[in-house]
Amino acid sequence: MVKLTINGKKVEAKEGTTILQAANASGIAIPFLCYMPEINEIGACRVCVVEVEGIDSLVAACNTKIEEGMSVLTNSPRVRKARRTNVQFILSQHDCNCPTCSRNGNCSLQDLARELNIQDVYYSYDVPENKWDTSFPLVRIESKCIKCMRCIQICDKVQSLNVWDVSGTGGRTSVDVSENRTIKEAPCALCGQCITNCPVGALMARDDSERVFEALEDPDIITIVQVAPAVRSAWAESFGISREFATPKRMAAALRSLGFDYVFDTNFAADLTIMEEGAEFIERFTNSLSVNENADLSAEHKHPGKMPMFTSCCPGWVRFLKSQYPELKGNLSTAKSPQQMFGALTKSYFAEKIGVDPKNIFSVSVMPCTAKKSECDLPEMIDGCGDPDVDVVITTRELSNMLHSQSVVVPLLPEEEFDSPLGSGTGAAVVFGASGGVMDAALRSAYFLVTGENPDPDAFTAVRGVKGWKEATFNVPGAGDVRVAVVSGLGNARSLIEALKKGEVSYDFVEVMACPGGCAGGGGQPINMNESLTQERGEVLWRLDRESAIRYSHENADVLALYEEYLGKPLGERSHHLLHTEHL
Amino acid sequence: MSRLELIAKSRTEQDMDGLYNDMERRLGSGPPGLCPVDLALNFASLCQAQSCGKCTPCRIGLGKLVEMLKDVLDGKATEKTIGVLESTAAAIIDSADCIIGSDAARMVRDSVRAFKDDIMEHITKGRCLAGTSAPVPCVKLCPAGVDVPGYIALAGEGRLTDALRLIRKDNPFPIACAYVCEHPCETHCRRAMIDSAINIRGIKQYIADHSGIVPPPQNAASTGKKVAVIGGGPGGLSAAYFLSLMGHSVTVYERRKKLGGMLRYGIPAYRFPRELLDRDIEAILKTGVDVKLGINIGTDISLDEIIDSYDSVFVAIGAHTDSKARIEGEDSNGVMSAVELLRGIGDEEHPGFVGKTVVVVGGGNVAMDATRTSIRLGAKKVYCVYRRRQTDMTALPEEVEGAIAEGAELLTLKAPARIEVDAQGNATALWIKPQLPGDIDSGGRPTPMDADLPEERISADLIIMAIGQRVETAVFEEGGFPLEWGALKTLPSGEVFQNGKVFAGGDCATGPAAAIQAIAAGKVAAANIDEYLGFDNKISVDVEIPAARLRNKNKRGRVNITEREASERKKDFDYIECGLTQEGVEKECSRCLRCDHYGFGALKGARVEKW
Repeated sequence: MVKLTINGKKVEAKEGTTILQAANASGIAIPFLCYMPEINEIGACRVCVVEVEGIDSLVAACNTKIEEGMSVLTNSPRVRKARRTNVQFILSQHDCNCPTCSRNGNCSLQDLARELNIQDVYYSYDVPENKWDTSFPLVRIESKCIKCMRCIQICDKVQSLNVWDVSGTGGRTSVDVSENRTIKEAPCALCGQCITNCPVGALMARDDSERVFEALEDPDIITIVQVAPAVRSAWAESFGISREFATPKRMAAALRSLGFDYVFDTNFAADLTIMEEGAEFIERFTNSLSVNENADLSAEHKHPGKMPMFTSCCPGWVRFLKSQYPELKGNLSTAKSPQQMFGALTKSYFAEKIGVDPKNIFSVSVMPCTAKKSECDLPEMIDGCGDPDVDVVITTRELSNMLHSQSVVVPLLPEEEFDSPLGSGTGAAVVFGASGGVMDAALRSAYFLVTGENPDPDAFTAVRGVKGWKEATFNVPGAGDVRVAVVSGLGNARSLIEALKKGEVSYDFVEVMACPGGCAGGGGQPINMNESLTQERGEVLWRLDRESAIRYSHENADVLALYEEYLGKPLGERSHHLLHTEHL
Repeated sequence: MSRLELIAKSRTEQDMDGLYNDMERRLGSGPPGLCPVDLALNFASLCQAQSCGKCTPCRIGLGKLVEMLKDVLDGKATEKTIGVLESTAAAIIDSADCIIGSDAARMVRDSVRAFKDDIMEHITKGRCLAGTSAPVPCVKLCPAGVDVPGYIALAGEGRLTDALRLIRKDNPFPIACAYVCEHPCETHCRRAMIDSAINIRGIKQYIADHSGIVPPPQNAASTGKKVAVIGGGPGGLSAAYFLSLMGHSVTVYERRKKLGGMLRYGIPAYRFPRELLDRDIEAILKTGVDVKLGINIGTDISLDEIIDSYDSVFVAIGAHTDSKARIEGEDSNGVMSAVELLRGIGDEEHPGFVGKTVVVVGGGNVAMDATRTSIRLGAKKVYCVYRRRQTDMTALPEEVEGAIAEGAELLTLKAPARIEVDAQGNATALWIKPQLPGDIDSGGRPTPMDADLPEERISADLIIMAIGQRVETAVFEEGGFPLEWGALKTLPSGEVFQNGKVFAGGDCATGPAAAIQAIAAGKVAAANIDEYLGFDNKISVDVEIPAARLRNKNKRGRVNITEREASERKKDFDYIECGLTQEGVEKECSRCLRCDHYGFGALKGARVEKW
């Protein structure tokens, strides 16, 4: 242990600890802006500077290791002046039109200026111009960027895509797309992790809520909304109510209060995904056990898939695979994501069922995700009626903003049911929003499909939790040992693929989610700087699973009815057309 | 009231001198990798501040150049701006009254021409051509990318074995470079912004001298691939070392009796003791490199046979033939090349120069080696004749000063005209033509021109020509290797042909250059050969770099290496330098600013942990 003094207080901390960590551990707060533990310890903003006795200049607390006998002042007059000056410098080049900013009220710079009691900026304003293709789902606003470099680091170190880089030098240094590419040229997975780690409003998802309002206001349009599993774990975080009070049924009421004609649940499509993907996996798995790898799998479903099979519900992951390992596209499940399955059914099965022209349906999807905004725009996702199956995707943040803007008093909302028939989902569906959930749900049904018996719904807990790379082997009587892996975060996905390629690991089924911890920590979820709520939100979903009366996708009565009335059977002809894709 | 007064410098003038000194030091240690347009703009601003303001072009025009460059950076310029910039600069160059204006405009014009691509990127896309990739100047400027701040930090904590292992990650010749490296790493050392560059080579020499025998790391599992390396100098052996570590089976073909190339056959022992060279080579061979000595490619074994019997080949034959002066009498007895002299010394063949007058022709490091070797061989008098000025010599200044201290006579601005030969065919004198420095050439040195003075005679028993080296390309030319400027032509990857099987590097591809450049070429070739062979066996080292310690940055003097007394050292071939003491090396290490931790290094590119 290293002994030191901070603000006159005797403190002990482990060797290798930074001044910032040692101070925090002993109850002394040091303000900061650019620091992210282990990911961005670069001492760039110079807000966390402190005075160390015997050292002439101030030092950054975030990346200076403690030394024996060190005496630190975290708030001396010199420190206070330098810190205030640096924050004023940053403010002088920051577009301070806070009221119209996407991060108004949830901004580290705003908070810092308030905490340091900065009420004016001595220096002249010199705010750079914005140049960005705002049609892209990820929007960067140069005039708000404070050059903390967090976006660069999260993309490099966590997501391994290196989309961002420092551009220019000297006073013109900024952040831009790496290698002088435009964002459309770069291999951006659209995971949105740079957005949720931006301390200010310099990065945001394209706001599509006005398009939703326009559709809601048009009396000739039938508006349908689906809500992803993870949205229910975070939708009301800005309304000051507890997670227990913010039930899915209250969320259904909130959506109805916005004026949607039908409030449905992506959980329905998640159960459907399990039916299709589970069946596909069993086919691929049993086929991989037989000798002929390229055998025709079934009459309707003619794509002998490669092993291991990768899940395909996360569009960030699918974008990643297409740009980084296009040769492995064949390993993806051909099942569309729940969002797109849902969209295709809305504009076919459901339109038929209620007897309307699918062209009059406006299909909205609420997602914890930014990549979904691009998935719904894929040119091939028009299987329902020829129009886009999902017309617009809004993030959990946009939903929250829409509720605020319509003065919906969320704490006073009653609980209401989702509409039928696309509004039902099992416990197996709701866990799609947490890392390991898709695997867990798939194994529950795959087990049933092979054995004819349900497994214990909690038999597969080894795949749950926020750990970045989990693996397990489960024995399915009659089929054998199934080796599965679950990764979240694209850096982990890359490591797994590299290990697979080198033959260091071997799996049959792999779940990948682009965002660390899965959709609960998605790039479209409410932003909480410097504190990850991913695990907490994930636990909400696992609780909802435990509390569900039905915990197996193959027991979702509405899904079974859909097969009965319309689709026939999993991997059947109609499923193939509506629910599968070749990942062009 | 007096008619005249002695003018003392005012306080402001004294302060101005300080400012100029600061500017000079700052510019001299300018970091690499900056936006050239931004630098040109700010340099032009500074130039304008130096204008007295009397004349229109300088007073107003320079400001207009600054404005246009600023427009480029602010995204307000168009393609037309480049033309206007050039024509405006031309008008200022043409019409400025004095050099303050015309030279400033000339620099802007040259910048605009040199950085046209950068300017276009700013105009069309509003950004720099390339991102910053050079956070740590010493690492960036080392051709082999050695982790300089890392080994300085290790040396500062007394972890010398780890320091040596860290250097070997990028350079298997840590000892050789500790002794003979031209240390480009020091040229832009950020410490020079405070006082002067860190004595990086001095620190490395201390590591080399005090780390003992350090075995190489374990080889990767055998790949079953065979690689031939032609030439056992620094380039060839570096490639051999890394390829061996990557698991390939390597055979080095060397023409001479011993390995080492120019480190043995070009550099005299007083600059680099042989037993130290052998230590570097032993560590390299310990990785399992197979060596075939005394093999001449083309005579003992054909080039085709080598290429056919190996999976890949690296050619690193160096530049071992002397250039000719093409003067009368050059072929007579008593005239030899420096290459020839030093090669013999490398094999411990010491010709007797006792009592003789020796004239060495040339001004490079090899000329200094020949001069100082001749002194050690007992010559009565040694002249070093050079056609330019001392300041124009390509030899390192310390080499020239060392030679002078040991008693060499420098005769500058004297071009060799012819060699006088007696009836027996022995050289008796060198006739030289006095020169005057003329116009500056593209390399920045004045071209020597004949002065209006008569030829002079320097009587000599021996004349040693040290005016350059060439590559023996014949065998490779016949083998269809492309050539350029008398050297083997390679792609930046080291590949000779597009198919990737044959690689070349070092002096034979660049012409005579520093050892570290050949080492870098060997490193690059090893990585690309490994990839060509279908592997991805990365080189790394398990050494943890000490965390940066807080230190004040007050101005302190650099601790230099000293030399043995000149009158003593000139009598033998023993090593001439006295390395840093433990105390000295600690002081020097503590001056390091740790650019791998402070500044851009904290964000990106501080170190390449594996390659």
